Amino acid sequence: MNAATIPNDVARRNKRAAIIALSFALGMLALGYAAVPLYRIFCEATGFGGTTMKVSEATASAIAVTDKQITVRFDSNVSSALPWRFKPENPTEKITIGARDMAAFVAENLSSKPVTGTATFNVTPVQAGRYFAKVQCFCFTEQTLQPGEKVRMPVIYYVDPAILTDPDTKDIEEITLSYTFYPLDQAKKGS
Amino acid sequence: MTTIAANPADLHDHDHAHDDHKPAFFQRWFMSTNHKDIGTLYLIFAIFAGIIGGAISGLMRMELAEPGVQYLQGWATMMQGSEATLDQAYHMWNVLITAHGLIMVFFMVMPAMVGGFGNWFVPIMIGAPDMAFPRMNNISFWLLVPAFALLLGSTFVPGGSGLGAGTGWTVYAPLSTSGSVGPAVDLAILSLHLAGASSILGAINFITTIFNMRAPGMTLNKMPLFVWSMLVTAFLLLLSLPVLAAAITMLLTDRNFGSAFFNAAGGGDPVLYQHLFWFFGHPEVYIMILPGFGMISHIIATFSKKPVFGYLGMAYAMVAIGVVGFVVWAHHMFTVGLSVNMKMYFTAATMVIAVPTGIKIFSWIATMWGGSLTFKTPMIWALGFIFMFTVGGVTGVVLANGGVDDNMHDTYYVVAHFHYVLSLGAVFSIFAGFYYWFPKMSGRHYSELLGHLHFWVFFVGVNILFFPMHFLGRQGMPRRYPDYPEAFAYWNEIASLGYAIMAAGMLIFFINIAYALVAGRRAEGNYWGEGATTLEWTLSSPPPFHQFETLPVIK
Repeated sequence: MNAATIPNDVARRNKRAAIIALSFALGMLALGYAAVPLYRIFCEATGFGGTTMKVSEATASAIAVTDKQITVRFDSNVSSALPWRFKPENPTEKITIGARDMAAFVAENLSSKPVTGTATFNVTPVQAGRYFAKVQCFCFTEQTLQPGEKVRMPVIYYVDPAILTDPDTKDIEEITLSYTFYPLDQAKKGS
Repeated sequence: MTTIAANPADLHDHDHAHDDHKPAFFQRWFMSTNHKDIGTLYLIFAIFAGIIGGAISGLMRMELAEPGVQYLQGWATMMQGSEATLDQAYHMWNVLITAHGLIMVFFMVMPAMVGGFGNWFVPIMIGAPDMAFPRMNNISFWLLVPAFALLLGSTFVPGGSGLGAGTGWTVYAPLSTSGSVGPAVDLAILSLHLAGASSILGAINFITTIFNMRAPGMTLNKMPLFVWSMLVTAFLLLLSLPVLAAAITMLLTDRNFGSAFFNAAGGGDPVLYQHLFWFFGHPEVYIMILPGFGMISHIIATFSKKPVFGYLGMAYAMVAIGVVGFVVWAHHMFTVGLSVNMKMYFTAATMVIAVPTGIKIFSWIATMWGGSLTFKTPMIWALGFIFMFTVGGVTGVVLANGGVDDNMHDTYYVVAHFHYVLSLGAVFSIFAGFYYWFPKMSGRHYSELLGHLHFWVFFVGVNILFFPMHFLGRQGMPRRYPDYPEAFAYWNEIASLGYAIMAAGMLIFFINIAYALVAGRRAEGNYWGEGATTLEWTLSSPPPFHQFETLPVIK
């Protein structure tokens, strides 16, 4: 194939078409990466994948307390890269739906250096995510523990009474709230 | 579809001596910029990869013929040169299923359909002298070779419990990140990067060629259906492969550079990988079948001596399949914990695809209705395709139900389903196209008798091989295991027997090719007669090295 067989105007149009097509491909590549923050925003907005809700004091105080009870189980994990011990004070608590409750976790730095960590969290069954509201949580911020320091970390939360009317969730009797602590420098490098 | 009047002057144009001047061997095949030569290279590559991928499935059927682990430990010992533990043997199994899947998808079906037939016939069918970017075409092909070498090479380096990448073709995290220590998975990921880059460049080339290089009068709505199918396929490649590239690059950085895109113990989410993978993976399965749809349309029309029924409907059905194919991906993930409403959406959207697919199946049948049918080799392969693809389509509608899939997910029923649409659908269409165009490409006729024999032995073989997998799946046999309880022994033995029959059929295929190349009758320009109406039939067989120096005019 020599260049002479493609007339100049066709070659020009070919170049334009190829550049447009390539930019589509690069756009999709960018969207692939954009999917990471978009997915997180989507989860936070919809409670997808058991993502819990973050609510303000004002919203929380407007919630009506019901007479129904639900069990909340606490699960704690630590990344192998983080030299901490991290446990809930009570493995389960029975709470009233709509009423605010405080659960506490105890974290201890086992190393001889100050370490900063933060926690990811979700609930199962995952459908309960949108009704599990946190007013305050140690997981909203970074936590720095000095060598050997032991800290009590609270989470103030309630279960939204709307859980009782959603057909997907009205039969749920127990919600497991899970935390995984990981070192912060690892997270900064990643997503 | 249009009927194209052959211009006799056009044939004579190619008698100029310089038109058929071919470069010397090395320059012609290693530095090729000729779409027909590159197409031939792709087809040879696909056959080579198909032999390897097919041989791997032979090893798997051998191991699965009886309950218990008979051969894996021996093979693993052979691979690593020291006595293999049972864990290493199981890892060997994972390597086999991974290699089989990746090879068949990326190095057999895609090169054969897109690279092989696409390169050969898209330019000719639209009346173009070559692809828009002949040298980029060459890069596309030669990127595949190192890609394949990387994948094969990965089986010789550590990948977790043993040698090789044992992640499945889906490369799900965390198995592919924290679960596979060693360079094997990195090599496999780089292999996918190269194969993906090759396909994206190819897609850009096809899109540009089809939009800009059509002969005068060849409007979009007069394009042959194979060209339509390649246009849709090229768009699917262009829009889906970069997402895979992003996902596997994140895997690579998760593995090697401490990022945590898919690592929950670092703020990531492994389910996100599945979303990204299947956003690519579902269009990918249409990439593997749409060119087949195009070829089958031509073959059915040719051997019915009728234009295809409902040309526009056929073309836009493929467009619809391509578009809807992008919004159904989560039906591969029904068991990750989607809400009922989401499952409902993905179930419904998936079932919608049965509508354009049904349009195609019924249009093929309507094309044959009242036609003057001749049952030459390509036609029986095409009929086999319609039959098998419909079986696979029906089990697909079953699996589309989120509720049913909770039960069927990752069982042999799924294995049976996708082998009916791919190993029997896509592969039958590849054979149909191969027999349809082989004399056009090589200038030699194959033996009709051997072609028919190949079909019947292969048809019986693959059905005995894959149909029992429906029963195994319904009985609860999970996929991706080398061993199973005694209860599944009966149908597994029969499936392995089917593999042997299928392999015998492939032997007939290779004998037929050898016969055609050595002693085959010379093929005339249009050896299928009046039913064959697209532009490739106006040229000699094989076509001149450069065709359409003077562009044909389509009425």
